[in-house]
Amino acid sequence: MSQDLNIKQSATDWWSKVKAGQVGALPALLGLLVLCIVFGTQSSVFLTPGNLANLLTQAAAVIVIAMGLVFVLLLGEIDLSAGYAAGVCGALLVIMITKMDYPWFLAFPISVLAGVLLGAIIGYLVAQLKIPSFVVTLATFLAFQGLLLLLVGEGGTIRIEDPVILAVENKNLSVSYSWIFFLLTAGAHLLSGLLKFRKRKKAGLVDNLFKLWVIKTFILIAIGTLATWALTVERSNNPDLVSLRGIPYVVPVILVLLVGATFVLSRTSFGLHIYAVGGNAEAARRAGINVKMVRITAFMICTGFAAVAGMIFVSRANSISPTTGGSSTLLYAVGAAVIGGTSLFGGKGKVSDAILGGLVVAIIDNGMALLGYPAGIKFMVTGAVLLISASIDAVSRRGASTT
Amino acid sequence: MASPILSLKRVNKSFGPVHVLKDVDFSAYAGKVTALVGDNGAGKSTLIKCIAGIYTPETGEFIFEGNPVTISGPRDATALGIEIVYQDLALCDNLDIVHNMFLGREEISGITLNESSMESLAKKTLDGLSVRTVKSIRQKVASLSGGQRQTVAIARAVLWNSKVVILDEPTAALGVAQTEQVLKLVRQLADNGLAVIVISHNLNDVFQVADNIAAMYLGSMAAQVEKNSVNQNDVVRLITTGAQK
Repeated sequence: MSQDLNIKQSATDWWSKVKAGQVGALPALLGLLVLCIVFGTQSSVFLTPGNLANLLTQAAAVIVIAMGLVFVLLLGEIDLSAGYAAGVCGALLVIMITKMDYPWFLAFPISVLAGVLLGAIIGYLVAQLKIPSFVVTLATFLAFQGLLLLLVGEGGTIRIEDPVILAVENKNLSVSYSWIFFLLTAGAHLLSGLLKFRKRKKAGLVDNLFKLWVIKTFILIAIGTLATWALTVERSNNPDLVSLRGIPYVVPVILVLLVGATFVLSRTSFGLHIYAVGGNAEAARRAGINVKMVRITAFMICTGFAAVAGMIFVSRANSISPTTGGSSTLLYAVGAAVIGGTSLFGGKGKVSDAILGGLVVAIIDNGMALLGYPAGIKFMVTGAVLLISASIDAVSRRGASTT
Repeated sequence: MASPILSLKRVNKSFGPVHVLKDVDFSAYAGKVTALVGDNGAGKSTLIKCIAGIYTPETGEFIFEGNPVTISGPRDATALGIEIVYQDLALCDNLDIVHNMFLGREEISGITLNESSMESLAKKTLDGLSVRTVKSIRQKVASLSGGQRQTVAIARAVLWNSKVVILDEPTAALGVAQTEQVLKLVRQLADNGLAVIVISHNLNDVFQVADNIAAMYLGSMAAQVEKNSVNQNDVVRLITTGAQK
């Protein structure tokens, strides 16, 4: 019977899933498409290669914080201090490099380790003392803000000149390396997918998802080709003076994080336990899962990602300031995860959601600035989009529970 | 009657000054359904929690497959092949059937989950229980009906070649058709050679599915009798007065 499961069958399966409330990334994808069309037709600059590269580097730090937040949101918890955790870890990085003359390859891992430790403290307070994560991270939000102020010094900024750290947000892969990077990524994606399906076929399991996967992969590779091509076009105003071509270094950085985090969440038992704890913590406990350890580890991963985001902030601003990671950073990151389809109620979401949602947030920011709207309107529109996503999440949950 | 796979002798359990189980004897037999009945507060739940290792009784003997054993934690019970299906089922709605069945005991190859091996084994188990109502074992538990959820919880309990399966009020929240379906499954478990212990308040269900009836009254075992030797009135009398005929 497995042979006659065709595309139509898988499409109707998928549609019934959507109707049952498992909308996943669909709203974010549609939103992304609508936003691109609206801004693309309204602004002559929006769809240029220069702006595309700009958009990616703008969105990078928020996306990375959001990717870490997904782990915590999956448990139904929240980390309000992830933004300032990024600031603190960024400050540690800058201080180690500029004042203590550490090389970047030593300073960066230490700053990430510091982030993981901060996460362990938060996780311990939440899991062991059972203080609601909202309260714990509200406290650490204030504490990290103070710590950052102490580290950087009031009103001051510390500049950084390390070429490797600066390259992440300011330099690009060469054109040939950009294409090699794209081909390697696409090849790895194809190979891992094909291997998975071959293994299932060998085990004699029914599969109606294969053709859907082929279509999805085809679209992904088409978009990837287009983006790589756009990014390898010359985007400098004065190419004779300085050439600007290629994929920004931050893209492979995010991709490595995405692959790593997705692997952990979808292929390992630890990832399954995160979903289980988020879905029904009591059932997970009775099944013998160490719920406390899962909670603590999720917070450690979250602030670890925030530390990487801190490095990206530093690279983009060429410096650290007492407001790095502050103001709307964390709210944008939570918004990104939720807009992408991660549930605030726990148990549902993917790391790739953070990227989709982060792009939506960044496109609103970028596109409305290009159209000359004041910052006030930008915040209000972003707020409205977040509210719509949260409503979709809440309504789809209701849809799922009544079937 | 054949010798029991599990028998408890003179088990006592107190919570502070409250003597909950008083010299309770209880036996479960392979291939038989034993119904555990009794009023609220009679000690049914405490008794099965002692069997499952959640509580440790103060005194009393446990004999499993002819050998005396001590159960001092849920893991000991699991290691012997005793599984319990709680009334709330303890399923994760956001996970699919396969992941729920293997939760906490996933099959691993290297560092990754061995999805295909888990899926095949889950399928085999469900087929072995003659379960045909589930469309796909990769669907999320949230989308299942009450009876199907009960089925998944039971299938999880028998997945581990368990020998004794305890079901706490398996039909309490179900409609007529689904109750029928679950009772059939309970019978199937016993026919597959397992010892099944069912807690139930519904005497119709008990008389339909059980081979043995153990009635508790105020912390004591009023009687453990064969179903064919009693009628519903006898059982009601055992439950309400503790007196045998």
